[in-house]
Amino acid sequence: MISNLDYSTLQQLWWIIVSVVGSLFLFLTFVQGGQTLLWQVAKTDLEKSLVITSLGRKWEMPFTTLVLFGGALFAAFPKFYATSFGGAYWVWILILFSFIIQAVSYKYRTKPSNLLGSGVYELFLFINGSVGVLLIGAAVGTFYTGSNFTLDLYNRVTWDYTLMGINLRGVEAAFSLFNLSLGIFLVFNARVLGALYLLNSIDLSSTPDLETRLRKAPWKNFLISLPFCLYVLVCILFMKGFDVDAAGTVSLIGSKYLANLLAMPYLLVLLIAGLLLVVYGAFGTSFKQSDKGIWFSGLGTIFVGLVVLSLPAFNNTAFYPSKLDLQSSLTIYNASSSLFTLTVMTYVAIGIPFVLAYVAYVWKLMDSKKLTTAEVTDEESY
Amino acid sequence: MDFDLSLVNWSRAQFALTAMYHWLFVPLTLGLSFLCAFFESIYVRTENEEWKGITKFWMTLFGINFAIGVATGIILEFEFGTNWSNYSWIVGDIFGAPLAIEGIFAFFLEATFFAVMFFGWNRVSKKFHLFSTWMVAVGSNLSAVWILVANGWMQNPVGMMFNPETARFEMQSFFDVVFNPVAVSKFVHTSSSGFVMASLFVLTVSSWYLIKGRHVQMAKKSIVVASVFGLLSSGFVVFNGDESAYVVAQKQPMKLAAIEGLYKGQTAAPIVAAGILNPKKQPGDDQDPFLVKVEIPYLLSLLANRSLNSFVPGVDDLIYGNEAQNIEGVGPKIARGKTALQDLAQFKQARKENNSQAADLALAKFRKNQDYMGYGYLNKPEDAVPPVATPYYAFHIMVALGSLFPVIFAVFLYFTLKGSLVRQKWLLPIGLISGLLGLMAQQSGWVVAEVGRQPWAINGLLPVQAATSNLSASNVQVTFFMFLGLFTLLLLAEISIMLKQISIGPEGGTLK
Repeated sequence: MISNLDYSTLQQLWWIIVSVVGSLFLFLTFVQGGQTLLWQVAKTDLEKSLVITSLGRKWEMPFTTLVLFGGALFAAFPKFYATSFGGAYWVWILILFSFIIQAVSYKYRTKPSNLLGSGVYELFLFINGSVGVLLIGAAVGTFYTGSNFTLDLYNRVTWDYTLMGINLRGVEAAFSLFNLSLGIFLVFNARVLGALYLLNSIDLSSTPDLETRLRKAPWKNFLISLPFCLYVLVCILFMKGFDVDAAGTVSLIGSKYLANLLAMPYLLVLLIAGLLLVVYGAFGTSFKQSDKGIWFSGLGTIFVGLVVLSLPAFNNTAFYPSKLDLQSSLTIYNASSSLFTLTVMTYVAIGIPFVLAYVAYVWKLMDSKKLTTAEVTDEESY
Repeated sequence: MDFDLSLVNWSRAQFALTAMYHWLFVPLTLGLSFLCAFFESIYVRTENEEWKGITKFWMTLFGINFAIGVATGIILEFEFGTNWSNYSWIVGDIFGAPLAIEGIFAFFLEATFFAVMFFGWNRVSKKFHLFSTWMVAVGSNLSAVWILVANGWMQNPVGMMFNPETARFEMQSFFDVVFNPVAVSKFVHTSSSGFVMASLFVLTVSSWYLIKGRHVQMAKKSIVVASVFGLLSSGFVVFNGDESAYVVAQKQPMKLAAIEGLYKGQTAAPIVAAGILNPKKQPGDDQDPFLVKVEIPYLLSLLANRSLNSFVPGVDDLIYGNEAQNIEGVGPKIARGKTALQDLAQFKQARKENNSQAADLALAKFRKNQDYMGYGYLNKPEDAVPPVATPYYAFHIMVALGSLFPVIFAVFLYFTLKGSLVRQKWLLPIGLISGLLGLMAQQSGWVVAEVGRQPWAINGLLPVQAATSNLSASNVQVTFFMFLGLFTLLLLAEISIMLKQISIGPEGGTLK
């Protein structure tokens, strides 16, 4: 059946798969959000231990999903992989750094003789949750605002944005208010999710102070994220977008993304539903003592993520536009792998639901009982 | 062709740095995951709490090592893009697939069950916990499968064709890529050598306890399991090393010539068991490549072609050609490669100008020489020669150590079974350093594989200088030192934590 699918269907399918993986990553950034909350919500060693142990059982999930996001882009859209990673060198290097330091921090933080002291490992976790997520947001923002590259006849990338004689190689993405706002929104949304997750995962009966602080966090962080979220939304509705005509010529046209939303009304539905779910989860947890907020806000984040990643890619739009040379812009059709490779990878993707199923099963099994104080003072803690 | 050699070299240095740091930890992960699964299986079977303690102790060390392996691993995947973006575009259609499959099937298996392995003791059933430990072992070795499929393809590119329209190679057969003989032999060799590495690590730690007279029962029990596992896998590594050498001889004769220091090809070629290279030797001159050497007759021919009297080509034969043996030199290949690159440029230009007649003409000319395209980036035949000394010494260190390991395991097993291991005062120090020897062998193996591949990123198709990103060298210099500093810091932290945990030992060794 898969071998009968035509090329453009497969290209669209793979952008959807990549978007789903990316959106799942945004949901899983509750780990990163929780890391940035650590110093604010946990004051005693016991509270810290509860927070870190709870997050520590899940930290590999966003990490692995990010790696898969990269791998899937490499396999399905190698021109994007080569152009963005090789071009916006410094943005990606800094993001990677923030994940290297995360990977060791959980295991090493409380171990004796850990050389740096637990405070440094906590700082590493904070950097990962703040700078890491911010830069990922800014990088996604360039799907809308464009980047500074050209491609030659052999599709080799040249990146050109100099400030005081230095080629910034992607760091300039953070100079755009739009990109920056998207990044900040994601950082605070991750904090909303982080607090919701911790409330859901920890048995707080013996640490009432921790509960009080965690209860306040979702709504407070949501309110901080709101202006950034609204700014991004308003920009998306009115900004110029990178349109591709039938001949493949790219041009900037006004309100392109608004037109895309209207042309794909299900995305509009998804966007509104997503935002409402995020609000509902945060509100219900802060004011109605619910512990299930993570599932609502989490699903909402996935919906919003799908819209953010689909909107600049479908309906004849260039998802990785070049500001320097419009015709170098990448679309899901000119950046993809060959028909053969996409077909092979689609067969491979049949395994994804199976993977999701066992991840969900084990998650449920491990989280059926809340994390107790007894457990972290026993042996199984970070 | 003009390339920024400083950029090429810094990019290579950075990739080598990341790969070698990564490779300090991964072999241990590959093997220790299985050893933990063995220990826990014995515990579940015997219900003896002592085995649970042993399992948890080794799992603690596994976890410390695993974390830094993951940290160094994420860089490798993305460095293809950041530092080798031209490579990523030219071969991404083939190379990306195994990396994505690795992510989907192997990494999630590891990540999901890793959490159960460490936090599930009181949350899931004993059987499910054991199952999870096995899944971590399967997952980590499965990730080795896919990354070595990718690496094997760089050594021996198969199952694809060049598409001039997109200026990249495109996949033609997925199964040719997966069942590439180089990939298969690499995976078998790498994972079994990982088993050896972990077994040596267990010997090292256990020998230290025996020397100190601490945790003697645990040390002895661990040694039994590790030396059986180590003996079986090191025997297998030796056997499979022979297969690896055969595949190299068939698919990468230049690499074989380099690792043997063979300049003039021979029939009934002897193998150099040990020797010191002449540092002044250049390809094509008449100097003896060796200052001193000890040879074993016939063995290289046997190893390379499985026939005692066969001809094994040397560096000179491969770059200057050898008509009698029907070997084409690199000179004519470079000429054809340059023609191919010119024709390709004409084709691209004609396409840009929408001149389909000129495009068809250029394409037809390009097709005649397209297989030599990669050689067009070289300037002289000698450019096709990898640095000889590095892979030569690395190979000989690896082989010597690899042959020593089965002996070490056999001796340990013998005295353990005889019950007199603790009295063998001469043996325990050997056990103590055996882990370091294992690391040396591991690193040497990696050097043989990757330095021996030079100058190619993709063997015969794309030299490293044409594979880099379009960066100024200073960017890569800065990131090189950033990585060097960070990795070294984390390595020191890892060693410090590991030593402390070992000195705390199993009783106090909390499972963190």
